[in-house]
Amino acid sequence: MLRTPLHKFHVEAGAKMVEFAGWEMPMMYTGIHEEHHQVRTSGGLFDVSHMGRVKVTGRHARRFLERLCTRRISDMTAGQCRYSLVCNERGGVRDDVIVYRMDEDEFLVVVNASNREKLLGHFEQVRGDLGVKIDDQTTGTAMVALQGPKVMELVSKFSKEIPTLKRYRFAVKNLMVLKLIVSRTGYTGEDGVEAILPAGMVGIAMTLLLKDVDMRKEGALVRPAGLGARDTLRLEAGMPLYGHELGEETNALECGVDFAISLDKDQGEKAEVFVGMEALKRTMEAGGPKRRLVGIAIDGKRTARQGNAVLRNGVKVGEVTSGCLSPTLGHAIAMALVDIEATEPGGVLRIDTGRGELEGKVTKLPFYKAAK
Amino acid sequence: MGSPNDRVYSDTHEWHKEEGGVVTLGLTRFAVDALTDVTYVQMKGVGTRVKAGDVVGEVESVKTTSDVYCFVDGEVVEVNGALANEPGLLNTDPYGTGWLVKVRASDRTGLTKCKSAAEYDKAHPS
Repeated sequence: MLRTPLHKFHVEAGAKMVEFAGWEMPMMYTGIHEEHHQVRTSGGLFDVSHMGRVKVTGRHARRFLERLCTRRISDMTAGQCRYSLVCNERGGVRDDVIVYRMDEDEFLVVVNASNREKLLGHFEQVRGDLGVKIDDQTTGTAMVALQGPKVMELVSKFSKEIPTLKRYRFAVKNLMVLKLIVSRTGYTGEDGVEAILPAGMVGIAMTLLLKDVDMRKEGALVRPAGLGARDTLRLEAGMPLYGHELGEETNALECGVDFAISLDKDQGEKAEVFVGMEALKRTMEAGGPKRRLVGIAIDGKRTARQGNAVLRNGVKVGEVTSGCLSPTLGHAIAMALVDIEATEPGGVLRIDTGRGELEGKVTKLPFYKAAK
Repeated sequence: MGSPNDRVYSDTHEWHKEEGGVVTLGLTRFAVDALTDVTYVQMKGVGTRVKAGDVVGEVESVKTTSDVYCFVDGEVVEVNGALANEPGLLNTDPYGTGWLVKVRASDRTGLTKCKSAAEYDKAHPS
């Protein structure tokens, strides 16, 4: 099992460690709901080093990524990140990624831990004859997310520039001996940053960052948060997760991330066709996807789980992809892929958990939006 | 810390504590730690007749939903109402205020299948 550069930190913080995608990761420290509220009200620190970080360089780097990604890459400027899908030939989702444009011919692609090996193989296939160097930097680097309404207070102690970054922008910072990539991104629905740094620098970086913060204390500005809270936070924020909302057999147009799919990328300047584009165009020509991702606000506190049948008037219209008791809202929520006729907001749906039926209403995503 | 000595433990991670013919039932620390945050508790109502081996309720957590088994025959006489608003009591105090249900036992032979605290802790080191 792989260990991240923050392993010692987790053990010392009393984390309950679990296996996730081949990595030993913290599920929680003090409690999933406690950590969830900590992130919504103040700040949480997540180790996301298990995510893959792959550098793509070379004179054809842009063209390569344009063929790989469902979203347009050519109009990105250096210092910008962009969320995109990577599809298979059938228009199913191979992974969702964040592309960082470091320079004209230099990019960093952050991929899901569970898909890293698969994607590296896919990258090789898409590369073909293009002049591109692909360098997996995952184990040589660490990645830490600081998320929550108050984390910028902490960040501003170290940098004037970072708090001025817009969403999905990043800066490369030299902080004494540290070289950091800091982006205004995250997976919780809160403001915050994600930082990438060399693995060997984690100790000194954590000491610097937390020198005035006693993370063990209740009320601390930032406290560690685990994968458990990360999942309930992203669910409230309506963000899809590979293996749940996204998958090889799920058509990219069903997943509620249309903003990340540009079917006109084969038009105009620097036109390229991405893998899966033809299949997705056929989907549109046939009248669009037959099912769509929806949010369901469930009455009561009982949790719907992935795979539970979604019913309308007693007839199965879909399946739950993720569900939890929303710690912020106090009732259960779920995301589900349902037949297009059943996606109307306000529509009443029932969920068969195998132990009983829950009732809920179709709701616009996200379930939760941070105050500006 | 070891599990309390004043009760017995099942392989399915329930504890049973007998006091004057009434058996109080709950989940072990080992079980609630594995469940992670408990989000919902549903026990069979007062007056329900149960037999040893029956499901007496279910506990939902962030991670999973699991059945709770009863190891005595009898009748449910009390359900822990505090858990409706505060299911987290199961995580914070599984052997005390996080108890689940009380059963007036008519037959306690099912408890012979249970282990002592020492045996249970040895089988499930935390």
